[in-house]
Amino acid sequence: MTDRETQTAPAGADRRVPDVAWRNEGLIFERSRPGRIGVTVADSGVDERPLDELLPAGLVRDEIEGMPEVSEVDVMRHFTRISRKNYALDLGLYPLGSCTMKYNPRINEDMARLPGLAGSHPLQPASTVQGNLALFWALEKALIELTGLARVSLHPAAGAHGEFAGILMARAAVDARGENRKYVLIPDSAHGTNPASAHFAGFEVQELLSNERGTLDLGDLERAMTEDVAALMLTVPNTLGVFEDHIREIAEIVHGKGGFLYCDGANFNAFVGKARPGDMGVDVLHMNLHKTFTTPHGGGGPGAGPVGVAPELVPFLPVPTVEKDENGFYLSHDRPQSIGRIRSFHGQFGMLVRALSYIMAMGPEGLKRVAEYAVLNANYIRKGLEPHYHLPYDAPSMHEVVFSDKLQHDLGVSTMDIAKRLMDYGFHPPTVYFPLIVSGALMIEPTETAGKEELDHFIEAMVAIAKEAEEDPELVKGAPYTTPVRRCDEAQAARKPVLRWRPEGEEE
Amino acid sequence: MAKNDSSKGPDGLTHRLLSTGALDLQEMLEAIGVDSVDRLFECLGDLALDRPFDLPGPLSDGELREYFQRLDAMNRVPGRDMVSFLGAGAYRHDVPSAVDHLLLRGEFLTVYTPYQPEVTQGTLQAIFEFQTLVSLLTGLDVANASLYEGASAFTEAVLMADRIQKKRKKVVVSRTIHPQYRAVLRSYAKNLDLEIVEIGWDARGATDAEALAAAVDEETICVAVQSPNYFGVVEGWQTAAEVAHEHGALSIAVVAEALSLALLESPGAAGCDIAVGEGQSFGLPLSFGGPYLGFLATRDKHKRAMPGRLAGQTVDSEGERAWVLTLSTREQHIRREKATSNICTNQALCALGATIYLSLYGKRGLRRLAEVNLQRAAALRRRLVETDGLSAAFDGPVFNELTVRSAEPVARVLRDLEEAGVLAGVPLGPDYPELEDCFLMAVTEANPPADVDRLLRALEERTHHQEPAAV
Amino acid sequence: MSMSYPSDYLYSKDHEWLRVDGDTCVLGITEYAQEELGEIVFVDLPEEGDRFSAADEVGTIESVKAVAEVYTPVSGEVVEVNSALEDEPELVNDDPHGDGWLVKLRMGDKGELDGLMSAEKYEEFLSSGEE
Repeated sequence: MTDRETQTAPAGADRRVPDVAWRNEGLIFERSRPGRIGVTVADSGVDERPLDELLPAGLVRDEIEGMPEVSEVDVMRHFTRISRKNYALDLGLYPLGSCTMKYNPRINEDMARLPGLAGSHPLQPASTVQGNLALFWALEKALIELTGLARVSLHPAAGAHGEFAGILMARAAVDARGENRKYVLIPDSAHGTNPASAHFAGFEVQELLSNERGTLDLGDLERAMTEDVAALMLTVPNTLGVFEDHIREIAEIVHGKGGFLYCDGANFNAFVGKARPGDMGVDVLHMNLHKTFTTPHGGGGPGAGPVGVAPELVPFLPVPTVEKDENGFYLSHDRPQSIGRIRSFHGQFGMLVRALSYIMAMGPEGLKRVAEYAVLNANYIRKGLEPHYHLPYDAPSMHEVVFSDKLQHDLGVSTMDIAKRLMDYGFHPPTVYFPLIVSGALMIEPTETAGKEELDHFIEAMVAIAKEAEEDPELVKGAPYTTPVRRCDEAQAARKPVLRWRPEGEEE
Repeated sequence: MAKNDSSKGPDGLTHRLLSTGALDLQEMLEAIGVDSVDRLFECLGDLALDRPFDLPGPLSDGELREYFQRLDAMNRVPGRDMVSFLGAGAYRHDVPSAVDHLLLRGEFLTVYTPYQPEVTQGTLQAIFEFQTLVSLLTGLDVANASLYEGASAFTEAVLMADRIQKKRKKVVVSRTIHPQYRAVLRSYAKNLDLEIVEIGWDARGATDAEALAAAVDEETICVAVQSPNYFGVVEGWQTAAEVAHEHGALSIAVVAEALSLALLESPGAAGCDIAVGEGQSFGLPLSFGGPYLGFLATRDKHKRAMPGRLAGQTVDSEGERAWVLTLSTREQHIRREKATSNICTNQALCALGATIYLSLYGKRGLRRLAEVNLQRAAALRRRLVETDGLSAAFDGPVFNELTVRSAEPVARVLRDLEEAGVLAGVPLGPDYPELEDCFLMAVTEANPPADVDRLLRALEERTHHQEPAAV
Repeated sequence: MSMSYPSDYLYSKDHEWLRVDGDTCVLGITEYAQEELGEIVFVDLPEEGDRFSAADEVGTIESVKAVAEVYTPVSGEVVEVNSALEDEPELVNDDPHGDGWLVKLRMGDKGELDGLMSAEKYEEFLSSGEE
């Protein structure tokens, strides 16, 4: 059972819990006491001039009312206390589908913090940062080896950013041919970033319906794939965890009309080290370093979204890239057909260090095992839950499995209720209500870093909840009971948005 | 691999980052009803690679340290190896140790996006505090939970303005905005129907007010200026905001050195509608350019047009205060191709780092830190004036960065100084041909006065070593 | 389950209703639409004077889980918007056919009304499962 400390209790409901407001850590602004400070600011060491001599009076602001005044001790206490309200991967299974919540190795954190790496400025001359550039080179080489593609850009800041770069490159390539293709094909099971990225690249999206197996219908694809289509965006395996076994035929159909096959690599964990997207006919692929390659999720980022390309798209890569000559490594902007830059400086360097550290820690055999055990674990969960939950698509699962709430819904219990009740059992819920093609979807991805006993506990919890749904649905619908806060009113948050704290007396 | 290496288990399958041992494997295969893992990969067919991948590893922690320390040793970095005055959108500031110790807590580091609020109140509360701090610093009503970094954040601000204005087509931006921010805007705008007009600068190094006024009209979506600008000049946003509003355009304030917000007139007070920029100065290491921290703030009436995530306050079923992600229907996972942006993962942990940093510095610490930066830059400028061959290129007020004009070719001066252990600055020539005789110098609290002494000594020594005729 | 659809209204396949009053009409979304959307938190309406062609998007309705576009079945000019929705968007949930009205239009071409359904036809349309 969970070891989490409950810091809130209904006031007055249970006299064993003292009814004092300060047991529950408030905002840092509410801790603020005039005169406190959390740092020592070193002396300027120079002959200081009056402010009005250095800046026009109209351009200087007053002290900012509302900025906190707290000591270092206050800050440590505050953030330590609120951290304890989080469930984290370090505490247990975090089976979010398509997020690949795998353990974040701590050696990665140490390597990213090495002073010669963390302390380097992006605009230093290349001769002073050969270590960094060698790192870019080594990581690109490793990702080329893993993907079977020609080059990999380490420029994009996140998966969606890499998607955007990939689609921009497809666009640049068709434009360079003098063609005017308007459309991108996207399956209805796709992650929302796919159509959003396509839209931002100036394309119109045409949705392809998944067949009863959950995969792409080749006939539909053939009909939809015209010379007006620049690319097909495919997630492999798809968001149901099902591998597109006709991937080679899919690539042929797309290529046959001069289009590009874009692969969303969010689910790379399912086959990394065992097969290569390049061999499947993929022309452009983004990867999520914060998924397959263990860089920590940190509450929502930072991530990194390297994008790999087949030879035809190499001229369009974003700049700069890292190149090598007889003098060593250097950053190159020499790519006349490049889509340009889509971020400042060179890339999410700190995340690149972590990813390379992981790849080298695993080695080639280790990475193969990653995919094998990721798929093993997902199938083990599938086997354990099949008798109790509805499986909308029964095609073989790879690294994730999608159930629905169909059986429980008739009892009045929804996917949301099941998710909230799982929290009482000490787990973070799986992904819910995605993909959209499954009503009440529960997308479960345990990853390879989960041990058997943990999977057994998760299965046990889910089975218990299914039973609760039958015997006492109200219990499930009232969950969660043991978390730092009870079920949150999201409707109110959207209707009357309160998006910040304000100092007392301040009008909105 | 040694044949008798028992650490790998009887079948060589064990690795410290995997939790499946031989017994586990056996039991699980039995439960699933297959005789080997290979059965689960039959769908790959002949796509399954039969040769091992050509990759390094597996390495122990010790071996990894050895490898990365070698890379580390190949670098010569500010502070440890060299004196540095590099800025241009990435600034070296002292980061209190407490920041990293908190960021390394597993409860912060290993959490996902807080879509399930009941178990992620810590992260949601921290985001809410971050949004508040950005609002306070920018003087605007509401801020989002972060964007990738300054350049893409700037671009998102322009796209946001475009969504609000709906029927207009022209975007007016100052050339004194960071060249990389403008380059990213161009990369995005290529595929959207936008006309981008760039405005030059005047003798003081600030955006040319006349040219700006002439360019803005009823077709203008927004007017964007940066302050302190790329040249280091504190131009302020008020003039641009007024011109914009006269024609019904939105005013965007761009900030590359976030620390300046602690001392200078805020975008909100100047009348701007959107403030956007780079938050790296708030406790993030230089880290060769990433990960950094984009921020965006705006007036309450535009909140629904904002890209990115937002944390909002609400109550739970017991009436207790709680935080949730809100207004998410604008985002990609719901709105898909009609979303305000395609952004999903943001810079949450960096935003947390900034929140901790800003809490430590607080109201008085941050202001004093800004003053120290201001005074050191002013002192540097005074000493440069006395130095042969160097002068301040512009006479506008500066914060912690200035444009230095060199009588000698910039590349040669910088190279000589680099050899003497000083990274003196960032040349302007590559982005501004008109200023090829100039470079940017930033000076912060991380540059003790001895750094400037070292710089001037190196300059002096270099003059002595030259042929008399060349001087 | 039977919801009551006012018999003097006309209905579109996108679940909008029109109440015609001479040259003007009032536009809203139907009971079915508000049920599908869930709790409505924000309504984005056009301004008085805005002109639209038939099938144009006139605004959006945001609920906790989705954003839906509202289309006008007929062309026209906006003469009034329901400003009560600014503070009380939930009126669209509570009274979609009455107090939850969205905009009033002066119609451009009354012939466009011919393509719309009667209350009876709309109810048939709903139960046919075509929506």
